Amino acid sequence: MLSQFLQFLFSGVTVGATYALAALGFTLIYNASNVINFAQGEFIMLGGMLAVFFTQAGLPLPVALLLAMLIPAAVGVLIEKLAIEPVKGAEPVTLIIITIGASLVIRGLTAVIFGKGTHSLPAFSGDTPIEILGATLLPQSLWVLGITALVVVLLWYYFNRTLQGKAMLATSFNRLAAELVGINTSWVLFMSFAMSAALGALGGILITPITLTSYDVGIMLGLKGFVAAVLGGLGNGLGAVVGGLLVGILEAMGAGYISSAYKDAIPFVLILFILFFMPRGLFGGQSTDRV
Amino acid sequence: MPKNVYRGLYLVIAILLVLPHVLPNSYYLDLAVRMAINAVIVLGLNLLIGFAGQISLGHAGFLGIGAYASAVLPTHFGWHPLAAMGAGALAAGLLAALVARPIFKLKGNYLAMATLGLGIIISIALRNEAQWTGGPDGMPVPSMGLFGFELSNDRQWYWVVALLLSVSVWASLNLIDSPFGRALRALHGSEVASQVVGVDIVRYKVAIFVLSAVFASLMGSITAHYVGFVSPNYADFFHSIELVTMVVIGGMASVYGSLVGAVLLTALPQALATFEGWETVVFGAILMLCMIFLPKGLVPTLAAKFGKGE
Repeated sequence: MLSQFLQFLFSGVTVGATYALAALGFTLIYNASNVINFAQGEFIMLGGMLAVFFTQAGLPLPVALLLAMLIPAAVGVLIEKLAIEPVKGAEPVTLIIITIGASLVIRGLTAVIFGKGTHSLPAFSGDTPIEILGATLLPQSLWVLGITALVVVLLWYYFNRTLQGKAMLATSFNRLAAELVGINTSWVLFMSFAMSAALGALGGILITPITLTSYDVGIMLGLKGFVAAVLGGLGNGLGAVVGGLLVGILEAMGAGYISSAYKDAIPFVLILFILFFMPRGLFGGQSTDRV
Repeated sequence: MPKNVYRGLYLVIAILLVLPHVLPNSYYLDLAVRMAINAVIVLGLNLLIGFAGQISLGHAGFLGIGAYASAVLPTHFGWHPLAAMGAGALAAGLLAALVARPIFKLKGNYLAMATLGLGIIISIALRNEAQWTGGPDGMPVPSMGLFGFELSNDRQWYWVVALLLSVSVWASLNLIDSPFGRALRALHGSEVASQVVGVDIVRYKVAIFVLSAVFASLMGSITAHYVGFVSPNYADFFHSIELVTMVVIGGMASVYGSLVGAVLLTALPQALATFEGWETVVFGAILMLCMIFLPKGLVPTLAAKFGKGE
């Protein structure tokens, strides 16, 4: 009983960490620009695919991983410069379609360049499972959790203790006021797309040794990251992390105890119920509309 | 109501009447039928998105309900296709009515999330209930009989769909100019202001959502019978996005824009088939370019340019 529960918990937390990174990506971009970036899932996919490609090309692991984060970051910036900045202030549905267009381009190019096959990445430190109370934990899961925790701490430090981070926060609260006190908000936009793409890619790299990757894994991962971000209350960084872990855990529990066929439906059922009762997510707080 | 409001409708009917006589072969006739079917769906969706300002990223789910009602009920339970179609529409309408109240308390991106979730749940259910739906492989749909006629060839289908399209355009034009349509546009403009002048905004949002869901379910049934086959792809997220894109590219809150959007985006994948492997890339790039340079959609942009509204 306990071992089974622990087993589901381990796999849930591991996947949940990836959702949390994706949700943080959604949150960063949403705060800087009010855009829901539907291409977020493709950064996750790109991270995994590029890591596979660079390691197979013989690059040492750290270099391969760094490149697999930098290239998606560059792609993210490119999307921001070419497609988001020119349409400032457009309707949300227009922005949604632009980011979906971007996701199709990324997915399509990946399929053309790397093919449609499924790829795997060797685990960072071996595949010997660790036994804990009858359940097994893959060493890669520790990497996923450790690095995610590190990233969360770094982000917290960045946004609360550095001038740049505070500038980004200020922009998310009130763009005009931020501009008035001299914050370069287009730099903030640039940074948020770069960071969000890199975070997504990192999640994709870390999880690939466990779940494998192919050109089309981005859609579901991205949508679940979106669920996680909304669950935590859009725009709330801590909420995104909690939301990600919660989605991962409940998905694993649901798959284990209820029905594995409906695994992918669980996050969406969850979010519908949460939104019915808490229209702004778990940590969204109250909102007032200006007339 | 300005008296030339039906001019566009007459033009649409004229085109529909002439089209089958000038199309070179059955490939184009088939394409025309698909375009007309999509146009009817997009008209309904545009009432919701363009006029009432409420986004739905899960509309293909309602198409799926209609399509699978028409596939499953006659096949497994021996229902008459028309009864099955009605049952599908009823189910879609009830589901929409059931979720609409909590959903339409939500705004903007939260609403996008909720409708997206609803659509994905429906498509996952269709994919998983393989004993009824054939699972990921889909299932054949029995042919459709109408008043003793068997609808079998594309030409018969064309006239049925052309009639549906004409009626839908006429109905949409009238609906927009009715008190109901004015209420929808009012709540799009400002929810608070419309509440102040006495518009029951929740009731109108629910009504238009249910109406567009029923529209979608009926057209899902029609598509299923026309194609003779259904698969879960028909109900998935990407198809929902395609429909929303048709609305936006044609022009939000534009009846004729819906038609243009449906025609262009139905033709586009066929046209892109020559790009072998690059279709997705080109399709995505076209979506982005359209939205960047024509954020208001084709028809409103052109109408503004040439100085005459619809």
